Amino acid sequence: MTLHEDLVRTVVYQHPQALEAISTHYCPGCTHGIAHRLIAEVIDELGIQEQTILVAPVGCAVFAYDYLAVDGVEAAHGRAPAMATGIKRSLPDRIVFTYQGDGDLAAIGTAEIIHAAARGEHITTIFINNAIYGMTGGQMAPTSLPDQRTTSSPFGRNPAIAGNPIRMTELIAAIEGSAYVVRRSLHNVREIRKAKKAIKTAFRVQQAGLGFAMVELLSACPTNWGLSAPDALKWVEEHMVPYYPLGDYKVLDAVKALEDRE
Amino acid sequence: MATGTIVINEARCKGCTLCTTACPKGIIQMASGHVNEKGYTPAVLVDPDNACTGCAICAVICPDVCITVYRDVPAGKLQAVMA
Repeated sequence: MTLHEDLVRTVVYQHPQALEAISTHYCPGCTHGIAHRLIAEVIDELGIQEQTILVAPVGCAVFAYDYLAVDGVEAAHGRAPAMATGIKRSLPDRIVFTYQGDGDLAAIGTAEIIHAAARGEHITTIFINNAIYGMTGGQMAPTSLPDQRTTSSPFGRNPAIAGNPIRMTELIAAIEGSAYVVRRSLHNVREIRKAKKAIKTAFRVQQAGLGFAMVELLSACPTNWGLSAPDALKWVEEHMVPYYPLGDYKVLDAVKALEDRE
Repeated sequence: MATGTIVINEARCKGCTLCTTACPKGIIQMASGHVNEKGYTPAVLVDPDNACTGCAICAVICPDVCITVYRDVPAGKLQAVMA
């Protein structure tokens, strides 16, 4: 670049089209907003806004259909994968995805997600794991960590009484029928960028008809963890990532070929 | 060094402060003396020396999609940036 060259002030980052330009009900620092934005960016980049159908969960993200500018339906608690199965089978040319939290997917909806994966349904699941029940006031979730204090485990989760946290991504990866199962995190910019790439791959797996795809996103709940937003992201990095290691747990060869073509 | 700027939609900002901790130049601060209509203290750009490079790190971490990022691009390279 020479000093005399004309510089043009250019937009390099703006609100994605597939996200409604309205304020969300999420608390300050809640990473649901980041996850919504990444999904909207991927939908924009793939040009699939008109053919995408969201199946929303019960939990804090229950209003996701108000925020993502795609067709959306609301499933009964935990039943999003079952509803998505029906929609995808009757409208196979649509891109159908579920957006589920850990209370929805890993507790009341455990059966639905496992059997959707086992059937190899051609749907995509975005799984938000923040290790707590957010909407109902911060109770212990299946994914709460050992010794984690919640409103229903005020002295910390005792695995001898309350059981152990479930690693859903490892579980789903072990099931025949899943094609792409990975865990990412939203605790810093680098990981957010990697998360977006994984979400894009998960949608492309569905476009290519390769099988069930799921991306787990480690997320923060500053309000119910009782932390500031920056401290909550640090808590994800220091406490959640060691228990829920990031990485690719299942990537079929056909999916790798898809990634290589990008 | 690249130059640029950001525009923060203060009405949408919930004052979570994540952008202030992420900005590599340390030029995003929390407002002093005013709140937005929701009652949150919004983040503001304080960049008297035009230090902003338009790196977009603040926009990537923002949970409320409040930040639009601009970068000063040579006219000949516009296509590459937009792609």
